Amino acid sequence: MSASILGAVVPTTTYYLILGAVLFGIGATGLMVRRNPLIMFMCVELMLNAVNLTFVALAVRFGNIDGQTAVFFVMVVAAAEVVVGLGIIISILKRRPGVTADDLAELKG
Amino acid sequence: MELVVFILASVMVVAGAVGVIVRSQPVHAALSLVLTLFGVAVHFVALGAHFLAAVQVIVYAGAIVVLFLFVIMLLGVDKSEDLSIEPFPIQRPVAVAVGAAVAGLVIAAVVRARDTISEGVPLRADDDENVRALARNLFQDHVFAFEFTSILLIVAIAGTVLLTRKEHRKVDP
Repeated sequence: MSASILGAVVPTTTYYLILGAVLFGIGATGLMVRRNPLIMFMCVELMLNAVNLTFVALAVRFGNIDGQTAVFFVMVVAAAEVVVGLGIIISILKRRPGVTADDLAELKG
Repeated sequence: MELVVFILASVMVVAGAVGVIVRSQPVHAALSLVLTLFGVAVHFVALGAHFLAAVQVIVYAGAIVVLFLFVIMLLGVDKSEDLSIEPFPIQRPVAVAVGAAVAGLVIAAVVRARDTISEGVPLRADDDENVRALARNLFQDHVFAFEFTSILLIVAIAGTVLLTRKEHRKVDP
């Protein structure tokens, strides 16, 4: 692909949606593959970011700012979720170091 | 030029995301996550969502990843974990297949609907107009939701303090 073609083609909304889908797929795969609770948490963040990217792409495409407001709220809730989730992970890992998600199948301390 | 930016940022995003799920050290995974979050921020800038790009860098790449790193260091789980151990051998291929299927289905739907979504260039607002429009929307149409997020944050803080505090045993007289 020559530089002139690269300059002429402008990424459309579809490109961003496809990237969001790929990012979501990677995040979902990681959530299913990994066993470290911290890494699983990071994969949740990946999926949230994929959704955020989709929201912003469509909000910009249709000229509706509501989508960007939704992303703002997703970020706030994600921050709160990370705080609570990491608090739970800390309290579990302090009691049983090196624990994986498989060992936490039962709700006991 | 915009396509070049898109491709570079997409490479950042995908490389970071793959790094998160294949790196064996949690610290490396967290740093890969930063790469992904910055790539998404670049996409936000390219789309004209400047305020969200700033929030993305400050809150996500700043606060959340630092929180992750704090926890990794605090708990001392910064040891490399052995990814070759797989107690349930069929899980990994099935998980990859399911993830690829999810992505593939969404991509197929997006590609089929590309005429509806329209192949046109995304609308781009002025630089200042984005922040102004977002503020107007947030503090006029969604002001109650905005106030409720403060309750959410208070509850989250209180819950975390409660979860992670040391248990003081009562001394019986």
